[in-house]
Amino acid sequence: MVEPILRLDGLRKRFGGLAVTDGVSLEVAPGEIHAVIGPNGAGKTTLIHQVSGTLRPDAGRVVFAGQDVTALPLARRARLGLARSFQITAVLPGFTALENAALAVQARSGSSFRFLRAAATEAALNREARAALDQVGLGPRAGMPAGALSHGERRQLELAIALAMRPRLLLLDEPLAGAGPEETERLVGLLRGLRGRYAILLVEHDMGAVFALADRISVLVYGRVIATGAPAAIRADPAVRAAYLGEEEAA
Amino acid sequence: MTGALRAAALPLLVFGLLAAAPFLGLGAGWAMTLLARAMILGIAALSLWLVVGGAGLVSLGQAAMLGIGAYAVVVLDAAGVTEALVVTPVAIGAAALFALATGAVAMRTGGVSFIMITLAFGQMAFFTASSLAIYGGDDGYTLYGRSTVAGARWMQDRLAFHYLCLGLLLGSFLLCRMLLASRFGRVLRAARENALRAQAVGFEPYPYRLVAYAIAGGIAGLAGFLLANATEFVAPSFLAWQRSGDLLFMVILGGLGSPFGAVLGALAIVLLEEWLGHLTQHWRLIFGPLLVLAVLFLRGGLVGLGRRHG
Amino acid sequence: MTAQLLLVQALNGLQFGVLLFLVAAGLTLVFGVMDFINLAHGVQYMLGAYLGASLAAATGSFWLGLLLALPAALACGLALEWLVFRHLYDRDHLAQVLATFGVILFLNEAVKVIWGSAPLQVPIPDALQGGIALMPGLVYPVYRVAILAAGLATAALLWLLVERTRAGALVRAGASNRPMLAAMGVDTGRLFMLVFGCGAMLAGFAGVMAAPILSVDPGMGDTVLILAFVVIVIGGIGSVRGAFVAALLVGVIETLGRSLLPDVMRLFLAPSPARQAGAALGSMLVYIAMALILAVRPRGLFPARAG
Repeated sequence: MVEPILRLDGLRKRFGGLAVTDGVSLEVAPGEIHAVIGPNGAGKTTLIHQVSGTLRPDAGRVVFAGQDVTALPLARRARLGLARSFQITAVLPGFTALENAALAVQARSGSSFRFLRAAATEAALNREARAALDQVGLGPRAGMPAGALSHGERRQLELAIALAMRPRLLLLDEPLAGAGPEETERLVGLLRGLRGRYAILLVEHDMGAVFALADRISVLVYGRVIATGAPAAIRADPAVRAAYLGEEEAA
Repeated sequence: MTGALRAAALPLLVFGLLAAAPFLGLGAGWAMTLLARAMILGIAALSLWLVVGGAGLVSLGQAAMLGIGAYAVVVLDAAGVTEALVVTPVAIGAAALFALATGAVAMRTGGVSFIMITLAFGQMAFFTASSLAIYGGDDGYTLYGRSTVAGARWMQDRLAFHYLCLGLLLGSFLLCRMLLASRFGRVLRAARENALRAQAVGFEPYPYRLVAYAIAGGIAGLAGFLLANATEFVAPSFLAWQRSGDLLFMVILGGLGSPFGAVLGALAIVLLEEWLGHLTQHWRLIFGPLLVLAVLFLRGGLVGLGRRHG
Repeated sequence: MTAQLLLVQALNGLQFGVLLFLVAAGLTLVFGVMDFINLAHGVQYMLGAYLGASLAAATGSFWLGLLLALPAALACGLALEWLVFRHLYDRDHLAQVLATFGVILFLNEAVKVIWGSAPLQVPIPDALQGGIALMPGLVYPVYRVAILAAGLATAALLWLLVERTRAGALVRAGASNRPMLAAMGVDTGRLFMLVFGCGAMLAGFAGVMAAPILSVDPGMGDTVLILAFVVIVIGGIGSVRGAFVAALLVGVIETLGRSLLPDVMRLFLAPSPARQAGAALGSMLVYIAMALILAVRPRGLFPARAG
């Protein structure tokens, strides 16, 4: 088997008396879309924080590209190629779409302790930023301030920023949250285009999108992974149906 | 008018007026003194703008850096060194070092208490200056004369000093603009708008903010060097925390959006203080409430005001 | 430098620390609960001293002056809250700092206009005149012992209020997790006024108590304010317990540093440079201590806020 790009190894996190992450282990292979689903309160957000580096686990390891990154903060993991998108869009409203992406390019293109030249005139940064915008279909909106973009466009920009980092793993936290049906369709198309080229850890509520996109799915319930497998296997898993899908059907 | 030209119009006008001032009936001693003071505090306000408007940190200790620059002049003067080519780098360096050391502590706390810690360190510098009896302690220190430049005494010349201050104000303004537009400044702006986003693409804000704070300290040190030379007298009151408050008022009155706001705010406040001071000895009775009203009602500052109506 | 002198200075330091606590307690709660940076908290202390001095002189009794000064200080605090501060709760720290700075400029000047620039003298009340022999050869002023006792009693009362009452529970909840208050349906406006009023009165009380032993002058609030900031930063923002420990620490360090360091330096240096270096170092000591503590514990000794 190929070396996984991301390996979570027995992650545990407690808040007060509550075990929010309770021995989670999973792997993401290169080029694979691995989705994590689970009912509300399953601990998905806490898990994402631990993978991205905004929260330190109480126990267990996060191994990224063969390196133990458990003790590294968000920014260090980002520089290693771990790109995360935010559930609540966190684009820089005062920056143009292009500058949002260019910032991400800049982060991996030499030192940023450069004081003289205007960053906006650096053609190399702009070219790659533009390419990332084109990849998500935002090219025509490059000059717009991000604050003036529509909700769906900001979701696209969020993705473009992650791509501009030239990541080895995309950590997508509910990339479809709050998107309307048309926007969802466009974003799912976008994600499908990334399949096979990027390793993606996808946390998403939209079951249709998850089963359409994922190569593998892990189901998280009360902080534990109760099943991992191909979409068809997950769909058939009785424990999953009981804990999760049943709830959907009943609703 | 194109956007770029419109944005440059106000700075061009103000710097032009300052350049022409000595020939527009403001050549008298008191007027030149007042203008020099306004321009010097403009440089100090620009330095604070770099911290507040650029890095998004509210500091209440900028007067310490100004005062350290001024006391560098005093310490060297007492040692017999009055050459500006030596004094200026020392003033800038000392202030920048102080900013680096205190900023490193103040920023570790995650920003919330940055205001209080910068205020505390500013007060530390103030008390230290007050306790230095060899430099006059509370009473201050009178300089024998202005610094020499390459041995020449041309800073004594009123007109030459005016243009020196103007040149350094313009230079500091352009420096701030350049810094903010650079890669470094882009990281600063990103961290100000959303620190989490900056981290998520790989930038830890701390070193960038710290360097910005140190550069700002250096610029304030330069202003301190000029202020000591303008008044030929230095006292602990240069470092009083009220002056930090004044500088903060200048920055916010002008408007945080652009460094030119700091210049405009400094000019406006120095002139306002002068005018109120002529009206009554207790001018702070008017100035204080004006400050409160400006905060409550004048959001966006003077620059924003011009933009809305322009 | 004798052991007695050391002891006296340590007691002076504790007594100064207790006064600092009275000022810092209000400041830390106001900041912790309302996220409001109130630079004008120091003028509340100054107003207390001036009101106490004037009312004591007018009534001829320190105690009557104290009794009347407290509600007067409270009234001033609530008036300021109503006029200025409540319009700043939803603004950023920059706006709060500037507006309350404006209030300081105005009140410091107003005090000069009303009472003049010269320091006021307030006599120590007759009942607390004289000294008390703490041990053979060591006589300590009764009034300073009284300040220490009153400060500790107030601290205990405050602790009871914060730890044992419903309002106190809300205050603690607010300091550790502000959004929770609104979610619980608490009338935050009223809670803020309560916290604010208490803080103003505590600072005023400290001002009245300090009046007979410290000089009552315009600007006296500023020095205390900045030390109170040091206290709440060291103690951990929003933590009353932290403020108490840190206030005593700061009071002792400040007093011992200023009084003893010049003598200590004399062990290493000639008298004149020793005096210089000692004075400079003494005035820096509190801030150096703050830097050291924050280097080890960036959130202070007793961080109140979660996360």
